[in-house]
Amino acid sequence: MESFLNRYRNLSVLLLVIGAQLLLLAYQVKNNQDVRLVRVWAITAVTPLANVLEVVRRNTIGVIEDYFVLIRVREENKRMAQEMGRLKLENQFLKTELQTADRAQALRAFQSRTPSRTIAARIIGNGTGTNSKDVLIDRGTTSGLIRGMAVVTPDGIVGKVLAAYPTASQVLLITDPTFAAGVISEKNRVHGTLKGLGQNKCLVDFVQNEEKVDVGEMFYTSGEDRIFPKGMPVGVATVVRDGKTFKEIYVVPASMQNGLEELLVVVEGKHQEIPTSQTAAGGDVYILPPPAGQQAAGQQATAQPESPLNTDADRLLKKYEKIGAAEGITYGVRGTKAPNFNINPDQVAKPAPKPVQPPPKPVQPPPTPAPTEPPPSQHQ
Amino acid sequence: MNEYSDHLLTEVPRKGRAFRFRPAAIFLVPLAAILFQVYLPRFFQYLGYLELPLLVTVYFALKHRQPISGLLFGAAIGLCQDSLSYQHPLGMFGIVKTLVGYFAASVSQRFDVDNPFIQFVLGFFFFFFHQFFYWVLSRALLGQDIDFNMQQTFIFGLLNAVVAVPLFLLLDKMKE
Repeated sequence: MESFLNRYRNLSVLLLVIGAQLLLLAYQVKNNQDVRLVRVWAITAVTPLANVLEVVRRNTIGVIEDYFVLIRVREENKRMAQEMGRLKLENQFLKTELQTADRAQALRAFQSRTPSRTIAARIIGNGTGTNSKDVLIDRGTTSGLIRGMAVVTPDGIVGKVLAAYPTASQVLLITDPTFAAGVISEKNRVHGTLKGLGQNKCLVDFVQNEEKVDVGEMFYTSGEDRIFPKGMPVGVATVVRDGKTFKEIYVVPASMQNGLEELLVVVEGKHQEIPTSQTAAGGDVYILPPPAGQQAAGQQATAQPESPLNTDADRLLKKYEKIGAAEGITYGVRGTKAPNFNINPDQVAKPAPKPVQPPPKPVQPPPTPAPTEPPPSQHQ
Repeated sequence: MNEYSDHLLTEVPRKGRAFRFRPAAIFLVPLAAILFQVYLPRFFQYLGYLELPLLVTVYFALKHRQPISGLLFGAAIGLCQDSLSYQHPLGMFGIVKTLVGYFAASVSQRFDVDNPFIQFVLGFFFFFFHQFFYWVLSRALLGQDIDFNMQQTFIFGLLNAVVAVPLFLLLDKMKE
């Protein structure tokens, strides 16, 4: 180096002096953008080199950095996937909790609304039979449950207590093939027997083909089975068709629609009125009151129990009552003589009135359906 | 080659023939030349074409015959000239006269610069080189859009070359 400087000493000094003056010049002079030339030169000289260095770095060290970044991204992705799975589980748990709270609130509302006294219970297990439809609930004899009690939800009936144990009970669901309950249709008041089929639908049996049941008609408990209080919803008829001797009516249980978890056990049932059905139009219809004469006749006909459509048994019962009244005999009372059923009660003079018990009240006919035109039944 | 050309083109550097000047002369002569360049054209505009600092730079570089001395001498005179000029930044004349001093000293090692004709030619050449290189620097570094008047530069170069020969003879009187 020293020999090089000695050999080119003159040229080196020249370049040094020129360079120094160029720097001095560049420090003073500014370009048209008011930037000193020394800054412009420095940036112009440095930036290409920096670009070259950056390209080299990007293609060497940058690739290595990207590799490590990718490794971290993979780990981050795995961690985020685990986190997302955990959050999904937590979200599902919270949704379940919310649905449980909603069901509990619905149960409390139903408990306060229904006249029957109920106890809330929770399903804790299923039956072990392959075809049986029974569940275990967390209430038993210590909670006051006994065999035969009805189990319902706010949506409808669920089943009945098959066996009660101290801390749990076995409930037979209405979908079990051995289950049966008395039901009545909403609009036409058609009585039938609900039977389980082992599926998610039930059959309403023993309904004459002449009876009128519509698809979509709601069935309620009739109370005739002495298990379920009258007026509890059962389900909606989805299939109605004529069978050999009885109609084939398939009902989807209303209580099974949203799954079963919380139940109510009816420990003291009270019958309710079956709600009246809606009209086909689904709205209120204005109906004129009957004329005055017809209204009076209608009221009189309603008050008079006899009607020309009575059966022979009804007429025979009426004849015997007249005979008993003519002979002054009260049926069912000890010490009275046997009546003479061969006399004509219309020709025998009535004896002097004496205090006797009133005759039994005749059976009232079932309520007539609403005077609206029912929609045509859909047979499937 | 004849005897005249052998006399003009020397084969080896003739460092031993370098002249020495009194320190006062080295200091005062350039100062006088700069003052002449700065102030006299204000009163005598026709003297504005004379580039006395350049001629003094060429003279001392030729007589010293050392490029380093020549370039430092040229740089000093140029920077002084720049410092007294308000039109261009420091370094413009400094760079140009540095190169002039360097090349003049380099030339003096190859030619017999005591010859008046050589002095005339060198005076013309370095004036032209000085003006041209100044124009290049002005355009390249300062971005000034100025024209280079070749004819005027040629004429002024001749005039400066004419002045350079007697000036060099006068300055030779200050040698030790």
